[in-house]
Amino acid sequence: MRDLNAIATIAYRDVLKFLRDPSRIIGAIIFPLVFVGVLGGSFQANLGKTAGFNFLTFIFTGVLLQTMFQSSSLGIVSLLEDRDNDFSQEIFISPISRYAIIFGKIVGESVVALFQGIAVIAFGLVAGVPLTVASLVALTPALIIACLLGGAFGVICLSLFSSQRAANQLFPMVFLPQFFLAGVFNPIRKLPLPLDILSHLAPMRYAVDLGRAVFYAGKPEYPLVVSDTPFLNLAVIAAMFAVFLVAGTTLFVRNERNK
Amino acid sequence: MVNLTMPAPAPEVEELAGARHTSSPLIVVDNLVKRYKKADVNAVDGISFAVPAGSLFALLGPNGAGKTTTISILTTTLAPTSGDVIIAGHDVARSAAAVRREVGIIFQKPSLDLNLTAEENIRLHATLYGLYPFRPAFQFMPQRYQQQVRELGEVLGIAGELTKKVKTFSGGMKRKLEIVRSLLHQPKVLFLDEPTTGLDPDSRQNLWEYLRRVRHEHDTTIFLTTHYLEEAEEADDVCIMNHGSIVAHGTPAQIKAELVQDYLLIDADSRQQLRDELNLMQLSYEETPIFKIRMDGSRTMHQILRDIETPLTVVQTHTPTLEDAYLAIVRDNHA
Repeated sequence: MRDLNAIATIAYRDVLKFLRDPSRIIGAIIFPLVFVGVLGGSFQANLGKTAGFNFLTFIFTGVLLQTMFQSSSLGIVSLLEDRDNDFSQEIFISPISRYAIIFGKIVGESVVALFQGIAVIAFGLVAGVPLTVASLVALTPALIIACLLGGAFGVICLSLFSSQRAANQLFPMVFLPQFFLAGVFNPIRKLPLPLDILSHLAPMRYAVDLGRAVFYAGKPEYPLVVSDTPFLNLAVIAAMFAVFLVAGTTLFVRNERNK
Repeated sequence: MVNLTMPAPAPEVEELAGARHTSSPLIVVDNLVKRYKKADVNAVDGISFAVPAGSLFALLGPNGAGKTTTISILTTTLAPTSGDVIIAGHDVARSAAAVRREVGIIFQKPSLDLNLTAEENIRLHATLYGLYPFRPAFQFMPQRYQQQVRELGEVLGIAGELTKKVKTFSGGMKRKLEIVRSLLHQPKVLFLDEPTTGLDPDSRQNLWEYLRRVRHEHDTTIFLTTHYLEEAEEADDVCIMNHGSIVAHGTPAQIKAELVQDYLLIDADSRQQLRDELNLMQLSYEETPIFKIRMDGSRTMHQILRDIETPLTVVQTHTPTLEDAYLAIVRDNHA
């Protein structure tokens, strides 16, 4: 009970902090908009005819899921900096389990990511992405799953990076390749073997592919944009989530106290 | 060098201390060692001390002496390499959660969310410690909580500003808010890691008045690290650390008495006449160039001044502060 209370408190704080920080809100919305608007728009205008599917929609779905994944990852990693600064210090010395802290953080950052998702969806509607209420309802669980996987991925990063400085330097290396390996902007149905192997190692791939499988279900372009079955994606996501969370939290707690 | 590690207190002092703290120690640190990974030397090197319940304990020392490492271990955020720490009957290494329930901590860097209101910062603490069930707004919180927060607001003089973001508060006010918050769960010990660093003198004094009241009203044990020696003057016990070890331990009076003597500074137009007279009186002195007479207890300042017939142009007395003692100890330790 105490832990549930703590999880709710930690999650609530993350959401409140996000909503009270206008610069963070703007930053969180701008990047997806640039990706969808500029990349999606230009790809569609130049390559759309030959691809056999609408590039704007393809990139929109990719960026939406990538935003969920990445936002919750980054939110978790911010613990590195926060544990010496703000209220996070207070959280770390409170009499609650470390697992409750990590879990509360994942829940909070997931809600923050979903807020950003609403902005991306709103822009998608304006840009003419064919979104229906039904497709959005169907997408919601996939978005939540992307957030949770991103959060768990953040926990494993948290346990491996020693400082925020290290995180800032290494994060682009962890994320940028994943954009392409996960097929956020580019189709990855056909890849040379080495790239295919790397692509299958990228956690973001499964979140993006699962979301697309839901969004494109029953549409003619499904075989062109979706790589694996939703069941395979779900199974891999579940396994990665469990491993990242347990190993990451254990390592993080150990590193914290045994400096 | 005077070895002050384990000073044998005069019997009457011991009795006084015993009368002041009747209960058993609340904090017991026994041969605590911390060596950081990849470090060649121990950051904390086998320190031992006890803090009686209800007392004000000050841990002093230069930067890098091991104060923050010690406080981090005592508050369970860092694991010790070896040794035992017992707080309120709980072992910090084995029952961290139990220890956390009994302690409140004020960190060196403020631990408030600046974009949240004062009340929200308090609420997060209260629900994190399981004092109240979590509710997303003040109005939904239990009546008892609302009442408590209003009272705290009045104590701090910010009753009207509880709903303002903390970033609009002054440094001193933020510190007070942190202390108020840390007392919500009624900790037995309040740890303060350099709480007044960065505050202006007025805020510092104000904060201390508040801390004195807290001690008086809640009988909270206070464990303090500080750079401001005058803040440690009112401590019941002072430990001075250097290079990870305790180099002096005792009441401020004991430490001062052991290390620095009172002295009298005098001068006269006719220095030769004064010199002759002092020699005649068999007083030892230094000429700096004015005459510095160390008080060794054989004669009082009054007796000395009364006996001198040479017309004096300068008369100054010097009583050592804890700062004098501290500097003497730390410098001696460096040499």
